[in-house]
Amino acid sequence: MAEVRLHQVNKIYQGRTPSPKAWWEFWKSSSTPSQVHIVKNAELKIKDGEFVVLVGPSGCGKSTTLRMIAGLEEATSGEIVIGDRVVNNVSPKERDIAMVFQSYALYPHMTVFENMAFGLRLRNLPNHEIEKAVKQASELLGLDKLLQRKPKELSGGQRQRVAMGRAIVRKPQVYLMDEPLSNLDAKLRVQMRAELQKMHRRLGVTTVYVTHDQVEAMTLGDRIVIMKDGIIQQADSPLNLYERPANLYVAGFIGTPSMNFIPVTLQDGELVASGFRLQLPEDRRAEVGNHNGKALVLGLRPTDLSDSPSALSMQASVEVIEPLGSENYLYCSVGKDMVAARVDGRSTVRAGDTVTLGFKAEQFHLFDAESELAISHSRGGKSEGA
Amino acid sequence: MVSPAVLGLLLFVLAPFALSFLISFTDLSLGSPHPMHWVGTLQYERLFHDPALARALANNLRFALVVVPLQTALALALAVLLHRPGWRLAGLYRAIFFAPVVFPMSLVAVIWRYLYAPGLQGPANRLLSWLSLGHWQARDFLHDPEWALGALMALSVWQGVGLQMVILLGGLQQIPSDLYEAAALDGAGPLQRFRRVTLPMLRNTLIFTALMTSILAFRVFDQVQILTHGGPAGATSTLMFELVRSAFERLQMGRACALTVLFVLIVLLLTGLQRLALRQRAL
Ligand SMILES: Nc1ncnc2c1ncn2[C@@H]1O[C@H](COP(=O)(O)OP(=O)(O)OP(=O)(O)O)[C@@H](O)[C@H]1O
Ligand SMILES: [Mg+2]
Repeated sequence: MAEVRLHQVNKIYQGRTPSPKAWWEFWKSSSTPSQVHIVKNAELKIKDGEFVVLVGPSGCGKSTTLRMIAGLEEATSGEIVIGDRVVNNVSPKERDIAMVFQSYALYPHMTVFENMAFGLRLRNLPNHEIEKAVKQASELLGLDKLLQRKPKELSGGQRQRVAMGRAIVRKPQVYLMDEPLSNLDAKLRVQMRAELQKMHRRLGVTTVYVTHDQVEAMTLGDRIVIMKDGIIQQADSPLNLYERPANLYVAGFIGTPSMNFIPVTLQDGELVASGFRLQLPEDRRAEVGNHNGKALVLGLRPTDLSDSPSALSMQASVEVIEPLGSENYLYCSVGKDMVAARVDGRSTVRAGDTVTLGFKAEQFHLFDAESELAISHSRGGKSEGA
Repeated sequence: MVSPAVLGLLLFVLAPFALSFLISFTDLSLGSPHPMHWVGTLQYERLFHDPALARALANNLRFALVVVPLQTALALALAVLLHRPGWRLAGLYRAIFFAPVVFPMSLVAVIWRYLYAPGLQGPANRLLSWLSLGHWQARDFLHDPEWALGALMALSVWQGVGLQMVILLGGLQQIPSDLYEAAALDGAGPLQRFRRVTLPMLRNTLIFTALMTSILAFRVFDQVQILTHGGPAGATSTLMFELVRSAFERLQMGRACALTVLFVLIVLLLTGLQRLALRQRAL
């Protein structure tokens, strides 16, 4: 077990794009070098035994980050530390890492058993220990009846579980998991998530886990790292991400349905939107003081809005109602903006009605419209500079 | 219903073979004034007791036993060395090793007759002499009963390795790179990755190329015809050489057709072996 540290890590792919040229220049370099900057100045410290989840849109560099930690991809610059050694020049084999590949990467010529046992065999473990470890993992993953099959005789979900099994039979310094549950059905996924949690609690191995699934991230992660365009937006506990998002992107990413964003301007302690004006409460004024006259974004979670007047309120006309049984979601227009709100399931509001949406004075976020950074958080949160 | 493909097969492959099969039970001889007779299995009985054929088949077998493993190993080594994604010179080297494959045998013969020239002026003799620090006795490779077959084997490997290498390279390119990554993380070094990933993933391609080379080993003819003419004293005679001589020099069509049937049987046997090898572990 070990801590993992990324210090100012960059990944730049040296691509070559074909360049048009005259035929008599054919012997000259047939392409011009081009650079793709995939991971930008990643700074991350993962504590020993911590479960960190990487989330972000497709193509943002999650797998690349994981592969750099594993040593499958060289960091263009910066330092990668596992335990107490800088591993930039250490081969993957020497890093003592187990990884679940997004593509599974099962050995097609080996049975499920052999796939899982391979890493143990290479470490010269005695046979009975190998069998015990594989048996344990395969029971945990529900693979015990499939041990003699070849990967091509398995479904996608079964293959993914074998890939998972191959990693968990080992006791490495670090687990790296690249969307290990993405191909399972909903029920199995919930079950596996629970097993993963149990396993992590028992073994306490440092884990870096990539997923697209917000619920998975929130339930599994001690800490969640949100990436976008190769830049780490925020790395924090699930609760902090929800309550104190560092910028507009994180605020919109965490929480379902996502936060309402309403463009406003600050005019002498008053927020002016297209459909309403709000008097800022006394305690929030100090935080936004130097933003007078500027364009801001008001962030309101649908769950913090109700259809009854409150300390702060606005007039909204209901456009669409989404009934979910115990609760309804209203999609309303407020001036030129759309706002989603959660109301009680027994509410009699109908499409076309005009309602008063109210929220508590401490339950809204403010962001700088230009830099997109948070200025003021709900629940009396303090201003966050950069 | 007979599809065109089946019709073509019948017409161009099976019909001539059926004809050969029939003729192999006659004493048809093109130069002879005597009429043709059915002779039953006489041609086969004669073949069975023919020391020249036994010699030829033994040569073929020896050829296969040396050339198949040697050429396969060499081709695999070259393929592995040339398989480096993004290496710009790979194409050039590939072309160089592949060139002999497309050379006509007449050109190959000219090159190798020069290389095998007798006396210490011959490059092969000179090389061996240099390697052995002067202990090597210069020989006339192509006319030495001990060395003539070996000389043809060397030439054949040289000419055939390129094709096998290209096929194996294709096989290597089919292996997903993440398997190597997974193996590295599992703790496998380069040698173990070769043994536990490359070889098993390449297995079917290897079996295929080995079969191809084996069949070619039983079909060797051009080299023999051009460079040694089966000699000295039958030391390099082969099945195909015997067959062509029967048919075109002695005009004994009955015997030639019996040899054809024998050749087809050998090919079928080898193909059957390949099938068996592929089936074993495919499940
Ligand atoms: N060898 C390469 N050369 C150039 N660009 C590459 C290479 N490998 C990956 N990329 C690019 O790097 C970016 C990040 O890829 P990465 O696989 O890390 O994304 P990801 O966050 O894991 O996405 P997903 O969620 O879809 O798996 C992509 O835009 C991809 O096109
Ligand atoms: Mg990915």
